[in-house]
Amino acid sequence: MTLIDYLTVVLLLAGAIFFFAGTVGLLRFPDVYTRLHALTKADNVGLGLMVVALAIQAESWAAVGKLLLIWLLVMLAGASVAHLVARGALRRGIRPWKQ
Amino acid sequence: METVMVAWMFDSLLGLGLLWLAWQSLACSDLFKAIVLFIAFGLLMALAWVRLEAPDVALAEAAIGAGLTGALLMVALAQLQSIETNGDAAVATVKKGHCIRPLQWLLLIALSLMATGLGYVIISFPAHVPGLSTAVATHLEASGVSNPVTAVLLNFRGYDTLLELVVLLLALLGVWSLGGTVPQQTTTPAPLVLEALTRLLVPMLILTAAYLLWVGAHAPGGAFQAGSVLAAAGVLLLLIGRHPRAALMALPLRLILVLGPATFVAMAVVTMLIEGALLKFPPEHAGKLILLLETTAMLSIGATLAALFLGGRRHTDKEHS
Repeated sequence: MTLIDYLTVVLLLAGAIFFFAGTVGLLRFPDVYTRLHALTKADNVGLGLMVVALAIQAESWAAVGKLLLIWLLVMLAGASVAHLVARGALRRGIRPWKQ
Repeated sequence: METVMVAWMFDSLLGLGLLWLAWQSLACSDLFKAIVLFIAFGLLMALAWVRLEAPDVALAEAAIGAGLTGALLMVALAQLQSIETNGDAAVATVKKGHCIRPLQWLLLIALSLMATGLGYVIISFPAHVPGLSTAVATHLEASGVSNPVTAVLLNFRGYDTLLELVVLLLALLGVWSLGGTVPQQTTTPAPLVLEALTRLLVPMLILTAAYLLWVGAHAPGGAFQAGSVLAAAGVLLLLIGRHPRAALMALPLRLILVLGPATFVAMAVVTMLIEGALLKFPPEHAGKLILLLETTAMLSIGATLAALFLGGRRHTDKEHS
């Protein structure tokens, strides 16, 4: 294994930790707003780390570009959808959780 | 060895996850939750197709099975709820209707027997069956494309695709002829974020559709995948309230809807007259003809799916108000 391979493994594991934390948050947090908060971390940072891990293994710059595009699109969609879900919940009168 | 183990574990998890999601989606009494589970099922199914090395089917499953069908089910649920709040008892009983117990057991036994039979058939197959792949590979040269899936769908078995297009069109006609759907009452402006997202995504979706269509000639992609991506753009536009003008809804929409099937039928008739066989393309022109067929099919598929999402709503608006 080369240095690049080790770096990939480290980045993938770091990404997996974010996904794991996001999933635990989704399952354990008390209300829709805090769950969304947990979920977007996994989407943005977790996927970002995985994309970087795969990008340094990619064989061509085109593949790197596609991977980055996927990440950007997921961030865009994830952030927007999280906002829309939270907005919908607020409009339906769901109060944010307070201790 | 290790990679085989990991792949095996992954596949088992995927299979069990699919079964569990399917069960949950069917057994769930909350229809909204059932739809979300169904969408998750579609995404895992796409992953399963990737594992089976069928990326073309995976693309179609993700775009149509998970994405657009999910959107259609959601809009159907919204209409169902607005009918219910209007005090229609019939719908409520349909929703709560449950079968008699013995019948369920009978069904369970029959289905288990069938599943066991199918499982036995699959296991008794030899591990590697070439099937028709060698025949496809030898004639790929003459098909005009280098992606064997596209070659089969548009050239060797073109009439299958023709019939699929007709099925889609029939589905839309069915929805249209049902009519009587509840006119949409909410006229609140779309959220700004959704509008901004749509503005960003729609051009990108159109570009992606064109890419999928073009790349279909030599790699996974094609008219159905591209069409459903176009339809997704249409769904987004409808969600932010950009309804097409009534003038566009009448004749132009209908023309686009039949463009794909009509081109296909015209091509079938012409090839029948010239080549003597249905949809038998001369090899030197096959590539161009397939691209033409796929382009028109993509437009029709996109318009049909988006129109399905719109449902009979606009139609009834015009006649009753």
